[in-house]
Amino acid sequence: MSITDTYRPLLKIIDEELVDQILREAIELLADPGVQIHNQEAFQILADAGARVDFGSQVAFIPENLVNKTLATAPSEFYLYDLSGNPVVHYGGNDVHFDPGSAAVSLLSDLNGAQRDPVTADFVRFVKLVETLPAYDAQSTAFVCRDVPAEIGDLYRLYLALNYMRKPIITGAFRVESWWVMWEMLVAVAGGERELARKPIAVFDVCPTPPLQWSDLTVQNLMDCARKGIPAELVSMPLAGVTSPVTLAAAVVEHAAESLSGIVIHQLIAPGAPIVWGGAPAAFDMRSGTTPMGDVNTWLIDCAYIQVGKRLNLPTHTYMGSSDAKLLDAQSGIESAGGAFLAAFSGANMVSGGGMIDLLRCQSFEKLLIDAEIIAMAKRLIAGIQARETPIARDLMRQFAHKANFLSHQHTHKWFRKELYIPTPLLDRGSLNAWRLAGSKSITDRASEMVERQLSAYQPSPCSQELRDELRSLATHAAQRHEMASLPALPQD
Amino acid sequence: MTQALFQQLENSLVEGEPDVTFDLTQQALSQGIEPLAIINQGLIPGMNIVGDKFSTGEYFLPDLIIAAEGMQRAMELLEPELKSRDQDLSIPGTVVIGTVKGDIHEIGKSLVSTMLAANGFKVHDLGVNVPAEAFIAAVRETNADILGLSALLTTTMVVQGQIIQALSQAGLRDRVKVIVGGAPVTRGWAEEIGADGYAEDAMGAVRLVQSLVSAAKV
Repeated sequence: MSITDTYRPLLKIIDEELVDQILREAIELLADPGVQIHNQEAFQILADAGARVDFGSQVAFIPENLVNKTLATAPSEFYLYDLSGNPVVHYGGNDVHFDPGSAAVSLLSDLNGAQRDPVTADFVRFVKLVETLPAYDAQSTAFVCRDVPAEIGDLYRLYLALNYMRKPIITGAFRVESWWVMWEMLVAVAGGERELARKPIAVFDVCPTPPLQWSDLTVQNLMDCARKGIPAELVSMPLAGVTSPVTLAAAVVEHAAESLSGIVIHQLIAPGAPIVWGGAPAAFDMRSGTTPMGDVNTWLIDCAYIQVGKRLNLPTHTYMGSSDAKLLDAQSGIESAGGAFLAAFSGANMVSGGGMIDLLRCQSFEKLLIDAEIIAMAKRLIAGIQARETPIARDLMRQFAHKANFLSHQHTHKWFRKELYIPTPLLDRGSLNAWRLAGSKSITDRASEMVERQLSAYQPSPCSQELRDELRSLATHAAQRHEMASLPALPQD
Repeated sequence: MTQALFQQLENSLVEGEPDVTFDLTQQALSQGIEPLAIINQGLIPGMNIVGDKFSTGEYFLPDLIIAAEGMQRAMELLEPELKSRDQDLSIPGTVVIGTVKGDIHEIGKSLVSTMLAANGFKVHDLGVNVPAEAFIAAVRETNADILGLSALLTTTMVVQGQIIQALSQAGLRDRVKVIVGGAPVTRGWAEEIGADGYAEDAMGAVRLVQSLVSAAKV
């Protein structure tokens, strides 16, 4: 092994034989009881491909050969590009990237736990903040603005993001017609339909409904993505103990069955189109009746389905690293670090959840900064330990024997930046006295102060005025169909 | 030509290349450039950049230390030249520092030395396991403003008090400010043994020494 070889620690949470069994049962489930699909076109496509279908109950019974055939064409990797055309996110192998959690409905408005409705200016600030934080490899349409009609809530987020971002974006549509407006915006930014398909800048989350169902909307989004070559991210979310059997392995079986059904439909339409084995499952909380994400049972399901996706040689995604706490407290730290570290060790290609608390309901600027610290640690963890030099230490140690002060040694200067992750001042590592002199502050106080400072590092996006006008006109047309004559003004840069 | 050399000197400190700093200093002297110009236009600007980068969080301790080493190696060449011209550098103060007898812990004390040197102080680092007499002799010879006593053990921190007493007996206590440091040392201990100050870390030590020196000058 040469000194440049890198060993990547990779978590395999379940036995390989259990992976086999999970996949076997998932395929058996697609044949019986089959998948219920509330969309005529998708239904017809499956029928034409040889699936037995029951038009009355809208159930398609997908045979194993169809699963195998479509798995064979699903690509094992693809890239997302930034707005300058650089490949910055590699969906494939064990590369790990992070993006903020998506589609929150409220914003943490003070550190005592108050929440409020987000508006346009909040979203713009959020996108800018994400741009300044290297921990986040992609943007997300992180929350829904309440100052526009709910019917355009999905596309309006993308409209705002495209005005300010450079990084690629993880998004999704809440309505069939929104998908097309969003696609048109992306085409405008990419400079053409073919350019967008060749260098995708966005991924659309598409969510089957547990157990084993596809709504009209989501399967339509899935088919539209396939036709236009826009990457689709399957986000299956069985809820162990409610919409799936309570055992964790059973939830993974259900996740696999739903995800495979998505791949079949998607690849039948466009063999080779990019698709991601993603998810946001949870283990039901038996005390409060909620769907906890910062939960050890949920994490186990996540790690297992990621392993299943890797067995199928597919790009993977997960929802890990968010918290269910209502404050940025110790619970929030436990849950976010636990999830993010496990996701990284599992080699999930995209990990969504940064900034989020309260069961994926609430986004927080302060938590986005704190999570950036966690993510940086997660990335350092999976970079692992390398020999760096051969011999590793022997000659250096012999040279200085018992008089070593490596702090002043060239070797330290040469390696410390590569070897050591050094946190931002968000984490307090100083002496007690230094901490007192700085005002005896908590991490949340520091995060709160850091938001503005961090925002001042934002570099304006390359989006031209012409392009901005075009995007605005697309979003305005959509708004006008829902009784909003003109969109809220954008904040000045 | 000269400007380019100053720029290279500055860069060598910022990049952390002490050998390059040494070579460039030698080159500058051989071209007949005045030592004070080398210091004020090449080395000090470089050290200032390193200090600024450290305070903004871009640079870390090893960057600071390696720059200080470059500065120190340059000064080894420049000091004899200054002396031969009867020139002096204006320095904020002189510090004698060491780890007390019976204690061989070096890192904390060396870090404080380096940080003080990086902030322009003339530092005489006596090393570890230093007997009281050696501290007293060094204070007398260098006319030090500050005496720094390091102890990492609860068994050796008592020696800090003994040295302060020895300083009084030698009639030097009023001429020098004594600061103490080390893991077991607290503010209370510093007061108990009659030290003039205490800091918990190297940055704190620099602030402490700066404030003691400027207070003494008022």
